[in-house]
Amino acid sequence: MSEKIIEFKNVNKWYGKFHVLKDINLFVNKGEKIIICGPSGSGKSTLIRCINGLEQHQDGNIIVEGIELDNTLKNIDKIRGDVGMVFQQFNLFPHLTILDNCALAPAWVKKIPKKRSEEIAMEYLKKVRISEQALKYPGQLSGGQQQRAAIARALCMEPKIMLFDEPTSALDAEMIKEVLEIMTDLAKAGMTMVVVSHEMGFAKTVADRVIFMDEGKIIETKKTKDFFENPENDRTKLFLSQILR
Amino acid sequence: MNKENIKNWLKVNLFSNWYNSIISLFVLFVFFSIIPSFIDWAIIKATFIGKTKADCKTGGACWVFISVWFEKFIYGFYPDKELWRVNLAFIILILTVVSAFFVKPKIKPFILFFLIFIFPIIGFVLIHGGFGLENVETRVWGGLSLTFMLTFFGIIFAFPLGVLLALGKRSELPVIKYFCIVFVEFWRGIPLITVLFAAAIMFPLLLPANTSVDKLLRVAIGLGIFESAYVAEVIRGGLQSLPKGQYEAAKSLGMSYWKMNFLIILPQAIKTVIPGLTNTFIALFKDTPLIILVGLLELLGMVNLAKSNSYWLGMAIEGYIFVGIIFWFFSYLLSRYTQSLEKKFSTERH
Repeated sequence: MSEKIIEFKNVNKWYGKFHVLKDINLFVNKGEKIIICGPSGSGKSTLIRCINGLEQHQDGNIIVEGIELDNTLKNIDKIRGDVGMVFQQFNLFPHLTILDNCALAPAWVKKIPKKRSEEIAMEYLKKVRISEQALKYPGQLSGGQQQRAAIARALCMEPKIMLFDEPTSALDAEMIKEVLEIMTDLAKAGMTMVVVSHEMGFAKTVADRVIFMDEGKIIETKKTKDFFENPENDRTKLFLSQILR
Repeated sequence: MNKENIKNWLKVNLFSNWYNSIISLFVLFVFFSIIPSFIDWAIIKATFIGKTKADCKTGGACWVFISVWFEKFIYGFYPDKELWRVNLAFIILILTVVSAFFVKPKIKPFILFFLIFIFPIIGFVLIHGGFGLENVETRVWGGLSLTFMLTFFGIIFAFPLGVLLALGKRSELPVIKYFCIVFVEFWRGIPLITVLFAAAIMFPLLLPANTSVDKLLRVAIGLGIFESAYVAEVIRGGLQSLPKGQYEAAKSLGMSYWKMNFLIILPQAIKTVIPGLTNTFIALFKDTPLIILVGLLELLGMVNLAKSNSYWLGMAIEGYIFVGIIFWFFSYLLSRYTQSLEKKFSTERH
């Protein structure tokens, strides 16, 4: 369980003059579930977007599955095949049915025959419990259903790592639950997960470690139990007191 | 509708208050002072049957002009005994387009492929000659069939080029980006007439002495490039309307640049700009008569020629009305067709 699958070494990133990520050092072991929390604008999303190259870092090393992300396209494509991502705004493709949303990448990126791709898609749509919506378009589904479809879409590529960028922030309370259930299932199945989220209940039950970020820095990294029971940093304490209430 | 209903309808729609009443009365006045005399001229007093101008004695419109010249208006000076070739090409085109309405969605991409890559070759061989068919030089092509050929060629030339230019303008590679920006701005900044003159008159001067490119082809390519700049701008508008998340989702699934654009981005972008594209293509259709300036005679050109024939002087009004109706009809057809596409493609319910 100690094989490092993601590693950040002294990573720095700037948006123009704005220093978004400051000296990030972080590793994620295979099968580990990491929750990243922190106030908005703290660089959490930027951090996980660096893992699949949606954002590029200017300094330091990011190594995913033993491949260094050096901003050349070749490596990025290889890594993206193995890293699935779920977005806050779902980002389903509105011109395609749910089934096609899921089957598209296996068919075109992995070159799996169309029929087999659709079988894979149906398999994962069953896992996220919306197989009966397969022939509808994203616009016809509720937010929770859309997010579950988006999870299925990412899973269809059979990734080794799943990134979640605030997956429940755009959802109503009752829909949050259905999405978190799916994510819990996924965690139990042994997926490596890096999740940006403020769902502390979810963090307590699922996460191995919790990372607290503020102003582009990792302030605190701890085992989940320690993080909630003995936070060291004052800012972590303040954040927890505000969010747990 | 009974009397009471009519009264109500009039009151609500035409005479709801004093200024609406004045506008309504004015419009009715204009209507009744123009329409009857026009109908009188165009239909009641008009002559439909005959062979020469002398047959038109009733003082109304002389539609004999249209019927006598009809073949020339449609085919230009294309030789009579070879007309079947033009007809066959257009019948194939129409059948292909119509069949697209009835086949399964899976076959549609093949129809599109046929239209863009194979039909132009078939059409060219049929109309121009080769493979045992007698050569018919492009200078005798003309009339409405030439209008259609130029429009069709313009669309299948300008559309793919416009798509590439639109993508290029958003490229991260500076060379491609600035090339596309300069290209689009250049062609958008010069009048079409200049392009036509350059293609017809200037371009041959730049060629080595013994080489020559067919004038019609030069003009058609000029027209295609000119329109591609407009197509590029229309499609760029569609690209800009897409949220960043669509790009990110496609990338996160491991799609390459071309797969992302052809599977995710362009289908959505083009769908949102169908009205703008229709506009551009209708403009292209209606711009084709300008080729008269470089000595090519499509429909309007043929009518112009016919009305100055010494046996048919004074037929300008009939001729132009005929041209107007034809252009209006086909523009309307194109606009209706694309409206049906818009409806068919709307999958979102936001």
